[in-house]
This record gives sequence, C-alpha cells and structure tokens, in this order.
Amino acid sequence: MSTLTAPVTTSLWDRVRGFSPPARFLPVIVTFALFVGMFGAGGVRYDGFADPQVFLSLLLDNSFLIVLAVGMTFVILAGGIDLSVGSVVALSTMIAAKTLQMGWSPYLSIVAVLAVATLLGTLMGLLIHYFEIQPFVATLAGLFLARGLTYLISVESIPITDATFSELAFKTIELPGGYYTTWAVVIAIATVVVAAYVLARTRFGRTVYAVGGNEASALLMGLRVAWVKVGVYAISGFCAGLGGLLFALYTLSGYSLHAVGMELDAIAAVVIGGTLLTGGRGYVVGSLIGVLVLGTIQTFISFDGGLSSWWTRIAIGVLLLVFVVVQRLMTRRQT
Amino acid sequence: MTDTLHPRNPPTPPSPPAAGRPDAVPPSRPGVASRVLANPLLWPVLALVALLVVNVSATPSFLDVRIQDGHLYGNVVDIARNSAPVLLVALGMTLVIATRGIDLSVGAIAAIAGAVACTRIVGAGDEGAATTAIMACTIALAMCVLLGLWNGFLVSVIGIQPIIATLVLMVAGRGLAMLVTDGQITTVHNDAFSDLASGYVLGLPLAFLVALAMVAVTAVLTRRTALGMLIEAVGINPEASRLAGVRSRTIIWTVYVFGAVCAGLAGLIIAANTNSVNANSLGLWIELDAILAVVIGGTALTGGRFSLLGTVVGALFITTLARTIPNIGIPSEANYLFKAVVVVAVCLIQSPRARSVLRVRRPAPAALTAPKGSHA
Repeated sequence: MSTLTAPVTTSLWDRVRGFSPPARFLPVIVTFALFVGMFGAGGVRYDGFADPQVFLSLLLDNSFLIVLAVGMTFVILAGGIDLSVGSVVALSTMIAAKTLQMGWSPYLSIVAVLAVATLLGTLMGLLIHYFEIQPFVATLAGLFLARGLTYLISVESIPITDATFSELAFKTIELPGGYYTTWAVVIAIATVVVAAYVLARTRFGRTVYAVGGNEASALLMGLRVAWVKVGVYAISGFCAGLGGLLFALYTLSGYSLHAVGMELDAIAAVVIGGTLLTGGRGYVVGSLIGVLVLGTIQTFISFDGGLSSWWTRIAIGVLLLVFVVVQRLMTRRQT
Repeated sequence: MTDTLHPRNPPTPPSPPAAGRPDAVPPSRPGVASRVLANPLLWPVLALVALLVVNVSATPSFLDVRIQDGHLYGNVVDIARNSAPVLLVALGMTLVIATRGIDLSVGAIAAIAGAVACTRIVGAGDEGAATTAIMACTIALAMCVLLGLWNGFLVSVIGIQPIIATLVLMVAGRGLAMLVTDGQITTVHNDAFSDLASGYVLGLPLAFLVALAMVAVTAVLTRRTALGMLIEAVGINPEASRLAGVRSRTIIWTVYVFGAVCAGLAGLIIAANTNSVNANSLGLWIELDAILAVVIGGTALTGGRFSLLGTVVGALFITTLARTIPNIGIPSEANYLFKAVVVVAVCLIQSPRARSVLRVRRPAPAALTAPKGSHA
C-alpha cells in the first residue's frame, strides 16, 4: 500500500516545493501509512468499515477539527501554541446562535463571528509579541476570556433555527457512486488547500517557517517577524471562528460547554501529523491526516461494541506519546 | 481593615539591605534585585486585600467568623477550606515551574487519585472503617508517585519539552481514571475519608491544614536545605548546573513526582468533598487555576526562581475571586472572564517590556541601576 502511495505523495510535493529534501516528508508519510493501515485493519475486522462513505463521514464528523488543526499548525510552526481555540469555538457557536436569535441576517452573523474570533487571536498575538508574554499564558488568558464571554452571553444552550444555517447543514453534495458529502467538508478541505498554498508559496508562509526555525536569525535576516508572529495567532483565531461556525452547523446550537478540551485534540492532531513542536518543520497536510487518524480511532471504537468510549482518550494519548518520542529521537540524531 | 492585613508585607521590604550577603538571609531567595523581590509579593497581597475590600463593601458581614458546632464558621473559613485543592496543586506546580517546566497533567492525576481511592474504599470489606480510607489514600498516592515518575522520565531522561510530555498524560489520564471507575460516578460512604474535606481540627478545616502542612514542609525542605537553590539552578540553566555538579536529572524527576503527589492529595480532597468521584469532571481545569495561582504569586514561568508564599497568596486570591463574583451579584460563570483579566494584568506587570513602557513617565535610572548594584 505504502509503496504505491509514497512516490505519488513525493512527486506531488516535489512540484510544490522542489527544493526541500525528501527526508522532511517522512513524518507525513509515516502518518499517512498509519492512517491507511488503521483504516485497512478496520476494513478487515469490521463489516462496512472499508466503505468509502465511512471515510466521507470521517471528514464530515471532523470538519471543524480539521479547520482548527490548520490554524494550530500555523501557530506551532511559528514556535508558539494556542490553547484558546476550544473556547473560541464555543464562543463562535454562541455568537452565531445569539445573533441569529436576535434576527440578524445569517451572513452578518457569520461576519461577526469571524471578526470577533480573528480579533481575539490578534490581541493574543500582540500580547505575545509586543509584551513578550509566553504564548502558553497569553492563550490561557484567551481560553478563560472566550469561555467567560460565552457564559456571559448565555448559560443555557441556544438552538439555531435559521433557514440558511439549517439548509447549509443538511444540504448534501452528491458524489459519483451514490456517495454524498456536505458543504462543511468542502469548506474544511478548501481551508487546508489555501493554508498549504500560503505556507508553501507565499512570503508570509516561508517567514512562518523561518521564525519557527530560529526567531533571532529571521529577525537578523530582515524578515517581518512581528507581522508573522501576530499573524499566526490571527489566523488561528480566524480558523477557530470558522471551526466554530462549522461546529454550529454540526450541532445547530450555541452552548457554553461546547468543545471543552478541543484544543488538546487539535494539538494532538498537529503533532501526530508530524509537525515539530519546537516549530519550523511540518505540513498542513500532515495535520489533516492527523485529524483523520484521531477520527479513525473514534470510528474504530464505535464499530467495536465491546470497547468503551474512554479508550479513545487512552489511544490518542498513546499515539501522541509514540510520535513525540520518535520526534525527539529523530531530532536528537540530526543535531 | 486594610491595616490588619498589611502587616503581611513587611517581610519583603527588609530584604534589600541583606541582598548583598546571601548567607545572612534566612528565606534565602537569590540575591537578585530588591525590585524583583518586592513586587511579586506586594502586588498579589494588594490584589487580595482589594478583593476583600470589594467583598466587605458588598456584604459588610463578609469577614465575620463565629463558632458553630465546635468549629470556626464563616466566609473566610470557607475560602480557606475551598482553597486547599488549588493550593496543593499550585504548590507542586511552583517547584515544577521553577525548573523551567510545566505540568499540565495534574488535573488528570487528581482524577486518577480520586478514582483509585474511591474504588478501593467501595471494594474493601469494611467500607466505613478509618483504616480502609487510610489504605485507599495511600494506594492512590503511591499511584501518583508512579505517574510523577512517568512524567519525570519523559522530561528528564527522554528530554521532551515539559508541555508536551505532560500533555500525553493530560490526554490519556482521564481515560485511565474512567477505566478505574468503569465510567461510573462512584459514591463512597466513609466518615474518615469525608473528614479529609469537611472535617475540622482545632476549629480549622482539615483540608486547609493539610495544604498548609505541605507548604510548611516544602518551605523547610527548599529554603532550609540546598534543595531550593539547586531547583533554581536547574531552572536558570540545566546544562550549566549539570556541569557544576548538580544532578539536574534527579532534581527534575523529584519535582515532577512531588507535583504529582500534591495533585493526588488535591484529588483526594475534591473526591472527599463530594464523597464521590466523577472521572470526567474531577479536577477539570485545576491545572490552569494552579498555573494562574503560581503566576499571580510572582513565580516567573521562565523558571529560575520561585516564591512559595506568593503561591499561597495566589491560590487564596483565586478562591476569593470565585467567592467574590456571586457575592457582588454577577453570575458565577463570569468567573472565567475575571480570571482572564487577572492573567493579562499580572503578566503585563511582570513583563519587562510593559514595565519599560510604563516607566517612560518616571525617572528610569533608579530602577535600572538596582540590579547592577546587587550583582557588584
């Protein structure tokens, strides 16, 4: 399986970024092989697991997490971390639900959500860059702030009954072969594509890698470090807002207890996707596959009636451990 | 009212003259600048006093303490009792942070400790006996030692960044706790166990006394022996301290084990408070509260120095804040909002950049020459 897919990935990536050594893609390839292996194992073990619709549902059930992981990839690549995304997702669902309840136009509501989320991200970025507050602490404040604002808007869950939102949520796109997907998946995939392009081909993207690799060198090279360091948190905030909208579509409600601990899933997906936590190395596609791996674990456990739900968390923890240790050993060998 | 609480400050101002001779300072903090020393303790205490003033102006009887059923009773006693879990976790976190680390897994460890203790008590032959409770707590704490060893192993031997190394247990830990309780909310009936949270000794809440005892033991161990200095040395530069003959690996390992044991004790107290354990919610976000308490207390997250007294004040501040918000008529859920404001304010006060922005108006030289003077 991997002998077939590996060269394809390499040649595709070579066109996008010809100058990078192939060894850099190794983590992504390993994650991809893991995903294919897990999915294959599931297909052998359970009836109906290998159905393409299961794969499509995987994307559908994790569309918001994919978007979050994309934003988190930017932040981690630049050498930071963003703990606030789960709370921002909750805040976004709440703002969407509340504004729609107040009779706003759905488009205006979407703009409001994205604006608030991006603003929050930008503020955290400014704190981190200009006041040299550790990313961990600044985004911890963001976590509390977003969760507190959500509670302030409403403690109760607010249902979303808007016609445009429900239409967007339920509308399916027919694919050849009788399969279907939804617009949420299209949005998530589009986010991944745009992010991959930005990271690979734009000045901003290359500077993200440079800052993550060595901030002092990037500064001495005359790169716009401040712009990038604030920018990645703005992007992460925007992605959290977009992820919140997708989550609102998924649950059709705004609730202050939505997405508790989702930031951990996003970080885990990015790490499993092969992005180095010290920054400077990794790919958005890896994060996408990382999310799919997490989703597959969940699907595995729901297909297997005998395993309890808490095995999901244990499995994610073990996987995280393996990847972190391997990463550490790999970087130790190189230095 | 403020005058009664201010006497807590004087211990800090006298330190500047002694800063030049480290051997003469009993609470041997490193002889850095008096400015750095004075601020971290001054601000949190002032903030705590301000909170109490807000409370008293909202409810004049807020500070009243009376004796009821043979023990002290009142808001202040409640705050002391409720602060025990955060205080314990923050205590362990202080030492971990002093080595330039962080422990995100404490909430999960607290859940595991509660789960192990409760299932042990329920599974024991004599559920109500005091020995059962003691045995169960001992086993739970032994479990925590193992978890701490695991965290320490990942950080000190494998060399993974502390945030990530403890993230592993943070993600998996609640799953493990649910594995122990089988996903059920386990309820226990054991007087000795529930005394851990709601019992009183000499009229004071036992939980608070346990936490204070831990603080006292830690203070003696770190400030009366070289341990504290070694921990700070590792936090300033692990490689340099290793070359200087400090066993930094053992030190790092020790602080993670200590942090885990403190978290386990906190988990036991939380479980005893409700006489039950819910693996999903026990100790949820306590790691964030603990980190907040440490940061408020003036321990820098960059490691290298720590203030146990500051952490105590920080933990009391957080618990008082949680009490203040409903007291002044704001829904208690808004607690998070205020915590966010506190985090940002504290960080800005600590941030050298923000200070220099603020200091533009004032004559700068005094503050700038102070650290140089103490080094000379």
